[in-house]
Amino acid sequence: MAGKTLYDKIWELHEVRRDDDGTALLYIDRHLVHEVTSPQAFEGLEIAQRSLWRKRSILAVPDHNVPTTGLELGITDPVARLQVDTLNQNCDKYGLTEFKMGDVRQGIVHVIGPEQGATLPGMTVVCGDSHTSTHGAFAALAFGIGTSEVEHVMATQCLIQKKSKNMRVTVDGKVAEGITAKDIVLHIIGEIGTAGGTGCTIEFAGEAITNLSMEGRMTVCNMTIEAGARAGLIACDQTTLDYVRGRPFAPQGEAWEQAITCWADLHSDADAVFDREVVIDAQDIAPQVTWGTSPEMVCAVHQRVPDPAQEPDPIKAGGMQNALDYMGLKANTPLDQVFVDKIFIGSCTNSRIEDLRAAASVVKGRKVADSVKLAMVVPGSGLIKQQAEDEGLDRIFIEAGFEWREPGCSMCLGMNADQLGSGERCASTSNRNFEGRQGQGGRTHLVSPAMAAAAAVKGHFTDVREL
Amino acid sequence: MEKFEKFTGIIAGIDRPNIDTDAIIPKQYLKSIKRSGFGVNLFDAWRYLDPGEPGQDHSRRRINPDFVLNKDPFKDAQILLARENFACGSSREHAVWALLDFGIKAVIAPSFADIFYNNSFKNGLLPIALGSELVDQLFSELESNEDCQLSIDLENQVVRNASGTEMAFEIEEFRKYCLLNGLDDIGLTMQHAETIKAFEQQYYEKLPWLK
Ligand code: SF4
Repeated sequence: MAGKTLYDKIWELHEVRRDDDGTALLYIDRHLVHEVTSPQAFEGLEIAQRSLWRKRSILAVPDHNVPTTGLELGITDPVARLQVDTLNQNCDKYGLTEFKMGDVRQGIVHVIGPEQGATLPGMTVVCGDSHTSTHGAFAALAFGIGTSEVEHVMATQCLIQKKSKNMRVTVDGKVAEGITAKDIVLHIIGEIGTAGGTGCTIEFAGEAITNLSMEGRMTVCNMTIEAGARAGLIACDQTTLDYVRGRPFAPQGEAWEQAITCWADLHSDADAVFDREVVIDAQDIAPQVTWGTSPEMVCAVHQRVPDPAQEPDPIKAGGMQNALDYMGLKANTPLDQVFVDKIFIGSCTNSRIEDLRAAASVVKGRKVADSVKLAMVVPGSGLIKQQAEDEGLDRIFIEAGFEWREPGCSMCLGMNADQLGSGERCASTSNRNFEGRQGQGGRTHLVSPAMAAAAAVKGHFTDVREL
Repeated sequence: MEKFEKFTGIIAGIDRPNIDTDAIIPKQYLKSIKRSGFGVNLFDAWRYLDPGEPGQDHSRRRINPDFVLNKDPFKDAQILLARENFACGSSREHAVWALLDFGIKAVIAPSFADIFYNNSFKNGLLPIALGSELVDQLFSELESNEDCQLSIDLENQVVRNASGTEMAFEIEEFRKYCLLNGLDDIGLTMQHAETIKAFEQQYYEKLPWLK
């Protein structure tokens, strides 16, 4: 019999029951909750007079709507305030753990879960947010769910699921100097496409992946959803354990020893068979910049904006032309001649301490170009902000002309005041370049923190390694 | 949830791949704490020429006359036709709520993003995956304006056009059963409460640090 994949192992551990057609009940260990996708779920429970199955599995935090400046004023947008107030009320009412605004532990849900040790290897982790895939970096089966499923997990601690297919993306060899996790994952998406992982759980493997820090692994798993897969996974190893040990929600003492013995098995067996395998050569990866309105529309920074006329598939060519029109770009323009108006360093993809360090090391002693209207850094959590300030990173950013903000989702999706105006072009470290994502008419180019910092300094995209 | 009955309705096509959830319902409308009222903002950025905010009177906004759902007879569409990877992007169930609230009961595309596909069934929206050639055929029928009506028969898993041509589609038995009977997932799972409890007992014995 063939060995098991990491996904098989975690799935089996959590399968409560299964019907003949494969429909199963999957047990959920950790349920992360935020203000946008939970109010209707709490309301649903109330209407049906159902109680919460396991309150301690829930960790809640407001992040999507919170302002990143003037916190002393609270949330001034009444609609957004009502949503955050509703989360507070629901958490208070049911006695759930919540890091409210003003708590130093507050931040983006996918940043604070790992930071607190609330995400542990081998767990099933869900959240009403598609970037829950982030937590897969810990060898946890983590995926986003809709609001009905949020309610379902609250009421039953389970989800009705069918097992997805096993896919493995192996990034062989070492990446070149200056290539980051973001470049790796954008390159992967460029190769397999935004539907490349549909119906699959993707395990990322290979030397270039295992060489990544936990922050880097989170960046890769975060964007699994942009490759069409709900969940991404990376095997548990010493890097994982070193990160988790000693965190507030992590097991301590004897329990820790017990846990790590069990976690030692959290990898795919050598003879495991995958339904789909993709192998990528790490040496092929250059700094990436997206040029269109889908994350798969991505190129290396020294390339030119592709030409729809060269695309044989008419539907694809049409999609490319739509994207170029929206982005205000001409085919064949060198990407490093594209100027930007705004810089956003933040989001659950790239707002962790390592990301901020990478960006700071680029801007140190330099200035944001005059043509850039706004450059901002939004740390992923209050704790990261504090740590960055302890390391003096805030000074570096501020002296270079960046704004140093409070934690939250911010301009990743622009639900608060942090938005792009129509036609404004942004170098962003977030994960989605959809039309209007960062503000109606706004034009998003996805890049790594170092590349965003380099664009800030130059005013246009540039290979950070040549700065 | 209402039972999903056989129906005949107007089909409207948006000929684009990778239509994302930000396009279906832009983020500013996600601030609502309700499940209803999203229909007027379905495809907001394509449907209107001016930017919109929650709480405003959308009937006074400038309509984009070229957008299909603003034209007759598609204003009353009940079926949406699109290209592959429909509703990729975020997990927002608001995308499903907006489609339903507008009056869409089924979406036909070659493929769907997983989370959206799942969310649809929880709300009684039917996502129908048809092969690319069939989707092509439907688009060309729409273009030549032969007829804008389509019948959807979930029980028999077929889509039928006015001239009687049938296209069969696949759907998981369990999902079909729930839709046809308007069943609520939570109620179904609660029937297994004892099994879940028994599972927990052995689970936390095995993994005591999670308790
Ligand atoms: S940072 Fe962006 S992608 Fe991440 S949870 Fe917030 S809105 Fe979603």
